[in-house]
Amino acid sequence: MSELMQFLFSGVTVGAVYALVALGFTIIYNASDVVNFAQGEFVMLGGMITVFAHAAGLPLPLAAVLAIVVTGVIGVALNKLAIEPARGAPVVSLIIITIGAAIFIKGVTKLVFDKQLHRFPAFSGDTPIQIMGATILPQSLWVIAGAVAVFIGLFLFFTRTLTGRAVLATSNNRLAAQLVGINTKWVMTLAFSLSAAIGALAGVLVTPITLTSYDVGIALALKGFAAAMLGGMGNPKGALVGGILLGLLEALTAGYISSQYKDAAAFIVILAVLFVMPQGLFGSKSMDRV
Amino acid sequence: MRLSSKQISLLVLTALIVLAPLFFPSSFYYRVGALVFINGLAVVGIVILTGYAGQISLGHAGFAGIGAYACALAPEHFGIHVGLAALLGAAISAVLAYLVGRPILRLQGYYLGVASLGFGILVAMVLSNEAAVTGGPDGIQVNDLGLRRLLNDLGLSLSNSEFWYAFSGFALLVGAWIALNLHNSPTGRAWRALHGSEVAARTVGVDVARLKLQAFVISAVYASASGSLLALQNRFITPEVAGYMHSIEMVTMAVLGGAGSVLGAIFGATILTVLPQVLTVFAEYEMMMLGLVMMLVMIFMREGVLPSLLRLFRGRGE
Repeated sequence: MSELMQFLFSGVTVGAVYALVALGFTIIYNASDVVNFAQGEFVMLGGMITVFAHAAGLPLPLAAVLAIVVTGVIGVALNKLAIEPARGAPVVSLIIITIGAAIFIKGVTKLVFDKQLHRFPAFSGDTPIQIMGATILPQSLWVIAGAVAVFIGLFLFFTRTLTGRAVLATSNNRLAAQLVGINTKWVMTLAFSLSAAIGALAGVLVTPITLTSYDVGIALALKGFAAAMLGGMGNPKGALVGGILLGLLEALTAGYISSQYKDAAAFIVILAVLFVMPQGLFGSKSMDRV
Repeated sequence: MRLSSKQISLLVLTALIVLAPLFFPSSFYYRVGALVFINGLAVVGIVILTGYAGQISLGHAGFAGIGAYACALAPEHFGIHVGLAALLGAAISAVLAYLVGRPILRLQGYYLGVASLGFGILVAMVLSNEAAVTGGPDGIQVNDLGLRRLLNDLGLSLSNSEFWYAFSGFALLVGAWIALNLHNSPTGRAWRALHGSEVAARTVGVDVARLKLQAFVISAVYASASGSLLALQNRFITPEVAGYMHSIEMVTMAVLGGAGSVLGAIFGATILTVLPQVLTVFAEYEMMMLGLVMMLVMIFMREGVLPSLLRLFRGRGE
């Protein structure tokens, strides 16, 4: 029982990170139909910039805010310099552009910072909390709370604010949105900055547990992508559930079957889900008219 | 007599392969050349899948891994010759592509991307985790092909790098010849129809599912052959050959050069194989430059480098 609890705790913690990455995918996908493979680099940047700003003498909260803001600006730059000029390019080109951007960001980070593994202190100490015979790190609670807060914030943003509705309108029909006076270019910029900031936040929250280095991004992007797909591309609820499910699956596979094949289990389940429900768990069943 | 574009492509390719060594100052260049051809072979497979049939695979390195490890493992466990082992690898890749392709090719765009990605990751994971059989992440030795010794006995003495340059150049020519023939065959035309519009292709009676599967299986055999060649040339192989980055490389090479044309894709393979060799001088900047090149080409030369350059030379008009 306590063993199971332990696996669940670690699964939900990792899952919350995947969920945050998947939420980032979702926002950009909704605004622009682009799957941004550089999403994982935002997480990496969040962690790395915080590490170095903190080492340079900034207090941790300030360093974290700085990391989130800088990453947000980088997200905007990515949109303005690489995605917007490529408007209308086929899916393969967009995949390569964003993968190219990921490699570029990784290369620059390696140059500007270094190749070492880094961490900074956990927000509220490293004393594990005992629950039902299992332990959980306080930082895990931060990660989970962060994911939930971001999800609720996004939910309110998309349903209660005019700006949020403009994003939804753009995702539904770009031309129609333009016709009713929505500045869709601005919506895309907003989407990129928002998802970069969310990615960076995930990096800030999780670095004390998992450590960070310049090359952690791509694995996170793949998992976040898989989570978004599992939940149904473009659906924020799907991103959250998909992320947590993926994390749990990995933790349970690692615990009960084989730690070497934990990534395989996740992908096998995703493939299975895609075969049965090609739209993912929460995806809308939009049909191509034939 | 006017030459068809197929004949021109093959002639250009042959001329480049034969004439390039005249400019090689050292044997290192033969090695890079062989690598270009080996990558080119895999990329020609991507041309068939992506350029002709319009389907994306982010997991083709999985098949390269199967081809490579067949060469390492089959001689050891079944006692067959490495040459036959490469054929066995191609056969296994074809069967696997057939089995995996049936369900995943129903998916489109990003969904197909992630499904094929999952497949590639599974293969890479098995190769690095089943250390007892595959040697794990450290890699495994591959037997000598023996063909060079045979040629030497026949009086054609080639150094190791010269032999592999010639052998993989020949393999690439054969691969390009098959791909160019496919382009103009009824199957090739049906592929291009479904690339244009799946719905339209279906309405004129194209069996979309079967054609996608064909393209997937054929391109898998190309990837497998490329993996086998790599294993045979290096005499040593690690799971990296099946890794995610290798899959991405294949697609990037094809699209960068121009996925619609065999020559374009081989051009892309050349750029991306040679670039890292040149950039080792600037090792620190290698990754940054590579990412930058990928982005710039895709933004400003959407059809790929070679088609864009050709259009530039021909002038703006048709």
